[in-house]
Amino acid sequence: MADWEESSTARVIPPAQPRKLAKVPFVELADGRLQGVVSSGSDIERVYVSSVEAGEYAFACSTNNNRPCGGARASFCNHIRALIDEAVVQYGAERVARYLRVEIVNAEPTAQSITVGMSSTCPSRADTKAAAPVFSRFLRHLAYLEFAPATAPLPEMQWFPPAGAGA
Amino acid sequence: MRADLLAEPIAGLDEALGAVGAFDRALAGGLLRPQPGQAAGPAELADAVAGTPLASRVAKAAEKSAAGAASEDDLVVLAAARTALLGSVHDAIMARVDEATGRTRRSGTAPAPGEPLETNLLAAARSWLCDLARAGWQGIDHGVVSGSAQVVSAMLPNPSLRRLAALLDGFAAELAASWPGAALERIPVRRWADLWSRAMLLTEPGAAEVPAAGAATGRLLPLGVDLHEHVTAAQAQVHAVFEPADGTALSLVRASASALKPDTVVGAGVWQLLRPCMSALTAVSEGRSMDIADMPITVDGDLLWNDERARLGEPADAFATARVALPAAVAFATAPLDRHPARIAEPVFLEGYGIKEDGGGVLTFSFAGHRLAVDADRVPAAGPLTPEAVARSSACIGLLRWDAGRFSVQPLAVETTQKKKTVAAHAGAWAGGTADRAGVNAEKAAAEAVAVLRERARRLLRK
Repeated sequence: MADWEESSTARVIPPAQPRKLAKVPFVELADGRLQGVVSSGSDIERVYVSSVEAGEYAFACSTNNNRPCGGARASFCNHIRALIDEAVVQYGAERVARYLRVEIVNAEPTAQSITVGMSSTCPSRADTKAAAPVFSRFLRHLAYLEFAPATAPLPEMQWFPPAGAGA
Repeated sequence: MRADLLAEPIAGLDEALGAVGAFDRALAGGLLRPQPGQAAGPAELADAVAGTPLASRVAKAAEKSAAGAASEDDLVVLAAARTALLGSVHDAIMARVDEATGRTRRSGTAPAPGEPLETNLLAAARSWLCDLARAGWQGIDHGVVSGSAQVVSAMLPNPSLRRLAALLDGFAAELAASWPGAALERIPVRRWADLWSRAMLLTEPGAAEVPAAGAATGRLLPLGVDLHEHVTAAQAQVHAVFEPADGTALSLVRASASALKPDTVVGAGVWQLLRPCMSALTAVSEGRSMDIADMPITVDGDLLWNDERARLGEPADAFATARVALPAAVAFATAPLDRHPARIAEPVFLEGYGIKEDGGGVLTFSFAGHRLAVDADRVPAAGPLTPEAVARSSACIGLLRWDAGRFSVQPLAVETTQKKKTVAAHAGAWAGGTADRAGVNAEKAAAEAVAVLRERARRLLRK
């Protein structure tokens, strides 16, 4: 513990695991929510912005043009379920459960037990106000691919050892 | 290498780090309302630099900060004092490293940086960092953390601000993953104070610039690749021995490639982003030397890589380079502002060691009773170098590092014996591409991920 606090290269964020992005191109644990963007199965021009709040599990799902998702009236829609599944792949079930404050008794959390754990509390529907900022963060995230790589050294990157340590 | 020297205490180190630690704890609690017991932190820093030209300015800043009234300038001064102190720690450790490796180091004077640009963005970044220091790590909330996003977004398109932008982005991501700060069970006190101080100094116009001091023409013999990565940026550094065409002394140089990335691009995907801008990564994968002509080089041995000034050369075995050329190579001194223990990454060649493994898979090399920890955590996942290979190795090319009070070695490549033949495994073997089956699959998955993101960007970003 003392070593960790005195380390310049202490690991703070556990490494993200690679995952397929076709269905859920963006997922994050931020702003007190699990939130992200889910591609529509039927229209390649359309995406859904979905979220679940930590603690109370209030959920929201709407298109990027702010049309409410038909499936997310009474309970989690398939977009939200896909979002939880992919968050578990990227961050690990334990971290997702801890962030959302879902308690799984007597078992290792899984995507399914997290989903059931939340939906069984009959969470309410949140408004879709968060959709616009989440969508703009997704666009900002995509924009990172547009910047050309460079060869000027970045000495500060010495503080950031590789994420998926293999050895 | 004399491992015995690495185990001996360094005079003055504990005192210097004690003063740094006192300031770091004050920063954790926040400088706006200094907590009892933490208020002395800045004063300890001031005492530690009392015999230097910084003395009076730091003493004044410490006094203002103890009263919770530090201005932005005062906070820059405190960051500078902390940096100076860790600079001296760096120098003491490097003196020990050079003694242990028998390496000669030369220093030069960096040319003056050019006219600073974008001072408004630097001021905005500084203002955010000052808010952060006032709140402290225990006071991080969503509002404080999200304040950096706009500044970083504005900086990203400008290559001259890349250094600060990449640092702030990585730092802010850690803070965001850690809020609310009041609920944190443990705080990376040293690390965040490091990142904060470095960022503060980089907001000083011109501080981030290390201009070319000359040009290099000759042969480059790669030793290995060191990878750095946070959620939205990655950098690969090729460490190499440079053999000048004019027959002057061999030297140790680095070539870097860096890229910004979405957090879902990981593993082999990172190599794919970096590969197109630096052929030296291909040279490492193919085990070849490079011929470079008029390649700009900084005073601390960083080649400012340009593919047009380089071409792939003859096959060159990294272990032959490490055995024959490395002992004769002269190293460059670190640029003044970059002097920090975390910046130490000194290429070394090790053999004739014993290997110990504790229950948790943590490896240690031993040399006649002296132990050197193996920092296998820094070996990239997208590569063929495994802990098993390190544990069976008979020779190792590595980077000597220092963190949290001790030396360690990060393996860049190892030699093992398989069926009576010597086989080498390189951490960066996949940097330039691979035919290895596991590597090909990783490459394919990573390429698909990027293709999906580009397709999404094409449809959604251009509207």
